Amino acid sequence: MKILNSDPASKTADVIVIGGGIHGCSAALHLIKRGVSVTVLEKDYVGCHASGVNAGGVRRLGREYVEVPLAQASYEYWRDIKSLVDDDCGYRVSRYLKVARSDEDMAKARQRVNDLNARGFTHEDVVDQETLRAYLPAIAPHCVGALHVDGDGSALPFQTTQAFKRRGEKLGVNFREETPVIDIKRHASNWHVETHKGTFEALTVINAAGAWGGVLAAKLGDDVPLQAHAPMLAITARMPAFATNAVIGALSGALSFKQFENGTVLIGGGVRGRALPDSNRTVLDMKGMSQFLSTACDVFPIMKRANIMRTWAGIEGYTPDNLPVISSGRAEGIVHAFGFSAHGFQLAPGVGEFVADLATGVAPRLSLDAFNVSRFQQIDRASSYI
Amino acid sequence: MSIDIIIIGAGPAGMSAAITATESGAKVLLLDDQPTPGGQIYRAIEAAGDKQATILGPEYMAGKPLAQNMRSTNIEYVADASVWQVTDEREVGYSSNGQARLVTAPAIILATGAMERPFPIKGWTLPGVMMAGAAQTMLKTSGLAAEGAIFAGCGPLLYLVAHQYLQAGVKIAAIVDTTAKANRLKALPHIPGALRRWDLLSKGQKWQSEIRKSGTRIINNVRALKVLGDTKAEGLSVNAGGTWQNIPSDHIFLHQGVVPNVNLSFAASLDHDWDEQQLCWRPKTDQWCGTSIDGVYVAGDGGGIGGGLAARASGEIAALGSLAKLGLIDTAARDSKAKTARTTLRRELSIRPFLDTWFRPSDDFRVPTDDDAIICRCEELSLKDIRDTIEIGLVGPNQLKSFCRAGMGPCQGRFCGLTVQELIAKQTNRPAADVGYYRLRPPIKPLRLEELANLQIEEDENIKF
Repeated sequence: MKILNSDPASKTADVIVIGGGIHGCSAALHLIKRGVSVTVLEKDYVGCHASGVNAGGVRRLGREYVEVPLAQASYEYWRDIKSLVDDDCGYRVSRYLKVARSDEDMAKARQRVNDLNARGFTHEDVVDQETLRAYLPAIAPHCVGALHVDGDGSALPFQTTQAFKRRGEKLGVNFREETPVIDIKRHASNWHVETHKGTFEALTVINAAGAWGGVLAAKLGDDVPLQAHAPMLAITARMPAFATNAVIGALSGALSFKQFENGTVLIGGGVRGRALPDSNRTVLDMKGMSQFLSTACDVFPIMKRANIMRTWAGIEGYTPDNLPVISSGRAEGIVHAFGFSAHGFQLAPGVGEFVADLATGVAPRLSLDAFNVSRFQQIDRASSYI
Repeated sequence: MSIDIIIIGAGPAGMSAAITATESGAKVLLLDDQPTPGGQIYRAIEAAGDKQATILGPEYMAGKPLAQNMRSTNIEYVADASVWQVTDEREVGYSSNGQARLVTAPAIILATGAMERPFPIKGWTLPGVMMAGAAQTMLKTSGLAAEGAIFAGCGPLLYLVAHQYLQAGVKIAAIVDTTAKANRLKALPHIPGALRRWDLLSKGQKWQSEIRKSGTRIINNVRALKVLGDTKAEGLSVNAGGTWQNIPSDHIFLHQGVVPNVNLSFAASLDHDWDEQQLCWRPKTDQWCGTSIDGVYVAGDGGGIGGGLAARASGEIAALGSLAKLGLIDTAARDSKAKTARTTLRRELSIRPFLDTWFRPSDDFRVPTDDDAIICRCEELSLKDIRDTIEIGLVGPNQLKSFCRAGMGPCQGRFCGLTVQELIAKQTNRPAADVGYYRLRPPIKPLRLEELANLQIEEDENIKF
């Protein structure tokens, strides 16, 4: 540790992680376990934004094909999450179903399973109407089947993110909350990260700044046309148990649906409110929300009588192709891990391992080519900003 | 025809704002969640007759001409309308008759009134325990009163309801006064300021002497309270002057003052200040009741506790402010019309420093000390549960909420928000203002999912004048 100025807060570590979301915390934990010293700089508090307020889906089902290996690698960590972070993270294993409401939906599901099998993945299958009803007797009669995976489930996002933080902290990660980055510059072989609480210095910087990652990447010479959006969620008052044994989506019409053990039902569906990343605020769009709420009523008629208690949205960064950036940067000593486009929660335990690889010069055991930051260099920025 | 001003709440502030606005030709939509106008202070006023006049007094009956006046004007008044959202773009989401709607207007006046401060003692969640305001509601709407109840706590409303009970000929088991002795000395310097409403002070004196004359037991200098009973209230255990005594009763009415009902103003992202004198949050307002969002106004007790007459005056001021903003009156007319209301408002607020100091609820009754006292009623979290969560390092109300679900139930923090905030402040040794409050989100009241799924955007022709 080296003190750069008179403020005792400014210390040097091997690696500085910018962003205390679940990806920043996971990368920090993997690094400290390898004996690498880490400081995490978080502008608000750990898990304050998308990482702490998302739907908590621990899902391999329905992912882009290039993402499936990452999701599988993370799944292995999730299965034994307690040994990684010393907390059960509220992780519940059940089944994940994307419901088909038409024959076209069923055809889509079958095609996907064929494609996956051809790529060597066998975790997803198609279930018929009878099986679907056996799992979920409350499902509407016009639901004819589902794309299905056994072993997916859900976790509590804030508890999980905090668990990654606490485990890292216990092993020696230095967390600095309420410490926004003002500037970042390279001096000789080190990066100097300037904050109100002092200047932090390290050989390597990991950009895990979520919705704010694009601005940081641009400062570091990497072009990522990231957009901030506010994916919305709603939760109901407690209801009788009718769907506590599965997490449910829809093959057509966006829906994310889960009943907790306490009876409350969490509903999302990709519809976004307004994100105001500069002021940390989100503005909800009730007209938009009515779309996925009506899908929920269509799939589960019992939901018509549910009472909504609360709605909210986190601030999340979306890339043009909805795939994350997991990549070394153009500048030396820079690693990016952001832009998970609202499906990064499940990926965090595994991606942390690969980000730690990139930060320490180790070759990851999986190909990360699809997530390379350079893929956006060809994109015309003017047209990607709408 | 499009709406000029949407007013939320038909209590004294909302009704007087609606009347003032309509007089100058504004098209007003008045939304209220109750079946009849009046708010808490003038609740069920339209049905009140001679009997109510005797029991509830002239201050209550003063609401009758106000409600009549409101009814006689050309206001679109929607009763039983539950407002669940106000956005920074002045869009109001509300439900009535099983249908959710969105409607926008260039001006919105929030007149959502006050709510009772939580009183988190051991056993306060047992059946038979109520807030005194709820007891008064039963008296006003249904003529119901509980024989042999205990009134415990502090503040003018506690004595008002006790007085109304005695007027109705209903016996009271005891009045248990938690006002701290030390408050009196601190309130003395505020007496000169309070002299303009000396009539209120002497009325309070009169109620107290009536209560004494009635033979009702009064216990002063109370330091701690516990409700007795396992499945329902069976009495109150009272520590006065260091010794405990048990008073049996099936009905216990608690009260330690009222605070602005800020759920809607917080959910609308208005800027708020922590008021150290009234120990509550209040939206930041300017001299015309304007807030941090252009075109959104706050009138009445929802902007800071001042009482019914102050609410009427600030309702007028908010209406005049929005009328001028909409160009329906000029600023000269606005200023001259507001003179009487401003005089009233100054007079009514002059007594607040005295009342707020005298009746300041004691620390131990705001931040409980009994480990098993329930803090969050909806999620049944005790003081120990909350304290342990703070201990882990979750030192903001929102982190705490995410972790242990405090404030996530149907009351949306109304019963626990202030307690949790002050508890965190005490345990982490920070000022309450720095701790902040729950981040509130729409809907601010539970909303039937089907209503939102079938959301309608209000078309102009649906509004009739």
